[in-house]
Amino acid sequence: MSTRRFLLTAAGLTVLAIAGTFLLDPYRNYQLAVIAATFCAAAGLTLLIGVSGQLSLGHAALMAAGGYGYALAANALTDAGVDGVPRFLLAFLAALAASGMLGLLLGLAAARLSGPYLAGVTLALVVALPAFAAVFGGVLGGDQGLQIAFDGVPAPLRMLVALEQWQAWVAILVTAVVVTGIAAIRRGGAGLKMRAIAADRTAARLSGVRAGRVQVGAFTASALAAGAGGAILCFVTQSVSPGGYTLAFSLLLVVAVVVGGLGSIGGAAVGSAIVVLLPWLIGTLTGALDLPAEIEQRLAGNLGVFVFGVLLIVVMAARPGGLAAAVPVSWRRRGRRAPASVAPEPEVVDVDALPHHPTATSETER
Amino acid sequence: MAQHRPRILRAALAVVGAGALVAGAAGCSTPAVTGAAAVPGVGDDVITIGSHQPLTGPAAAGYSSISAATSAYFDYVNDHGGINGRTIEYLVEDDGYNPANTQTVVRKLVQEDEVFAILNGLGTATHTSVLDYLNQQEVPDLFVASGSTNWNQPEEYPWTYGFNADYVVEGAALAQHALDTQPDAVVCLLGQDDDFGDEFIEGAELVLGEGGLAAVERYSVSNQDVAAQIGALQAAGCEINLLATVNGFSALALGTAAKLGWFPQWYASSSGGDYPTLIGYLGEDLGPKLLQGFTSTNYLPMEGDAWVDLFRTINDEYNGGAPFDGNTIYGMSVGYLFAEALAKAGDDPTRQSLVDAVSSGDLVGNGVLPLAFGADSHAAFHGVGITTVDQGVQSYTDSAYVLEGDTVESVELDPVPLEGEGIPTAD
Repeated sequence: MSTRRFLLTAAGLTVLAIAGTFLLDPYRNYQLAVIAATFCAAAGLTLLIGVSGQLSLGHAALMAAGGYGYALAANALTDAGVDGVPRFLLAFLAALAASGMLGLLLGLAAARLSGPYLAGVTLALVVALPAFAAVFGGVLGGDQGLQIAFDGVPAPLRMLVALEQWQAWVAILVTAVVVTGIAAIRRGGAGLKMRAIAADRTAARLSGVRAGRVQVGAFTASALAAGAGGAILCFVTQSVSPGGYTLAFSLLLVVAVVVGGLGSIGGAAVGSAIVVLLPWLIGTLTGALDLPAEIEQRLAGNLGVFVFGVLLIVVMAARPGGLAAAVPVSWRRRGRRAPASVAPEPEVVDVDALPHHPTATSETER
Repeated sequence: MAQHRPRILRAALAVVGAGALVAGAAGCSTPAVTGAAAVPGVGDDVITIGSHQPLTGPAAAGYSSISAATSAYFDYVNDHGGINGRTIEYLVEDDGYNPANTQTVVRKLVQEDEVFAILNGLGTATHTSVLDYLNQQEVPDLFVASGSTNWNQPEEYPWTYGFNADYVVEGAALAQHALDTQPDAVVCLLGQDDDFGDEFIEGAELVLGEGGLAAVERYSVSNQDVAAQIGALQAAGCEINLLATVNGFSALALGTAAKLGWFPQWYASSSGGDYPTLIGYLGEDLGPKLLQGFTSTNYLPMEGDAWVDLFRTINDEYNGGAPFDGNTIYGMSVGYLFAEALAKAGDDPTRQSLVDAVSSGDLVGNGVLPLAFGADSHAAFHGVGITTVDQGVQSYTDSAYVLEGDTVESVELDPVPLEGEGIPTAD
């Protein structure tokens, strides 16, 4: 795909998503905005895990960094009398700065660690978040978190769109920019180097790839995307609190990219939608079944975790490449010598098994 | 080979996109819908309201019985013909005492379930996260289950009304009680690290003066260990500990102190001072011993009152005989007050007429002190009675205090008597 067509596809999908908001009621638009924010983080995470081969279990903490960065900056700007679009943009930059810095630090550690050690460090980050927010309660507001001033629909659009629709627009536009950036990294030279390191670090270094630098870069880019997601959530809900970025949510982000298909941007989108909508669907279903109050109370919150577990097992057993690989795998089978039943090992990121990305060789041959 | 797929996909997307644009142009945009004349949540014979409650999570054991009690009271009202010919449907959503969840469930209630009002949303941190949202949407936000002073800002949040006596009042009343009964005691405080703790400290310092608390310790709900805080209070030589804690953490504080062999006096907020609930945490064996002399505040009827007898009957009949405690009385009192507001909001209530009914100052409620609602007060109670536990019975002492401005005044309890069947009418 040429760069022009790549950008046109991105623009087309964005317009499509914005047009879609007209079909949705306010609550659905709110959910769409939350999906968009999750998608931001998941796209970054899929680049990190699926392409550069580094595992992060703590991406929720990076989202939180973005959220707190946004909230702190927005409150400071409100006090300084700035509002509207400048406030949003400046606060958004602060969110990127906060998450980018944290990502850079994590990346520096990550470049020296691998496997369970890296997983451990990122896990510690998200586990420490509530305690961190409590210790610096004066600034971060403890469990209660921070509240920010409300950004309404701009006056010229007020007759056209409702509040939630407007928030969905902002979320979609930000997500479009962020995800396009991630997709560009993935298909460009940096993505090639990341794949090379993921496949064989030593061989990559012998070929002149500076492995440490690429890994830090991947972590930072991924953190920026997560921070953007956190900033969107903060913008939509006018608040940020440690309770929104729990370990469970962090692991769900990993579930999202794995179920969607590691390394696939489309997969990250599918996974994000599942992660946001499934708990709500389950809640609606159990509500409709009219179960006794006691059973309903027992199921609340727990059934979702169970369904995610089952979903992960079923998807991995039936489609090891993730949901996004569903179509391409059968397509590829025809022209492939290798038996399709060979599943990629979870630890090794098999470049060929990654779902529908422009393969590294054809890209460089062109 | 991979070239085919994107082309097919793009064609499919183009079709969907065109459809979306057509539908958009056809006038599916959302603002037009909201201008409709119908009042959300008000049907011909049913009124739908909603709430967010901690049915799971760290606060569930202490508070999940409140909404069940409120539902039971509404069932009782509905079986007796409802209010102004309409029954009340009460939708309770679980937020796990997590502000991030509250955001989601309240949006669901308002936008998807289209509730008439939000009633008794529980928690300071949780409800603060939806305060702006509910007021922007102009949804009546009645009788918040928290004593934060946030709810009493009629100018900024005209749609929000509190229910609990606020924490400043509670902190001041308990500190005054300590001062009146034991002027020489060393008074300390353990508080939650949010507005609950902040405002309680503010109240206590109104009475004791800046620095009047010998030691102040804070805890975070996400950390179920207060050994460090209790150790620090013990080291500071505290004799009376004021508790700005939820029920679970009141029990944790008492239990932790007992493990250290330390038995000071405890003065707890009404939010964390319900005897039967605390017994549930501490156990039937040790609980009564640890809680002898336990002091707290309250503003609702307690054991021995006709209201409590009625609520007990309702609890047996409509709540499956669930354990009867302060939460049950609290939940049903909230239900009664809402029913009273609804009864006075007219035959065809609107969101505006509902809040007007509360602001009119005509509501009576069932508290032991007069309700404080009015045009410029969105707080339910400006005062509290002091309760104490003796031989396993928690009851009012002779002390009651009202906070007027910055001064605490001693007052007499003035309970509202039960009339009829405990179902409010329009007059």
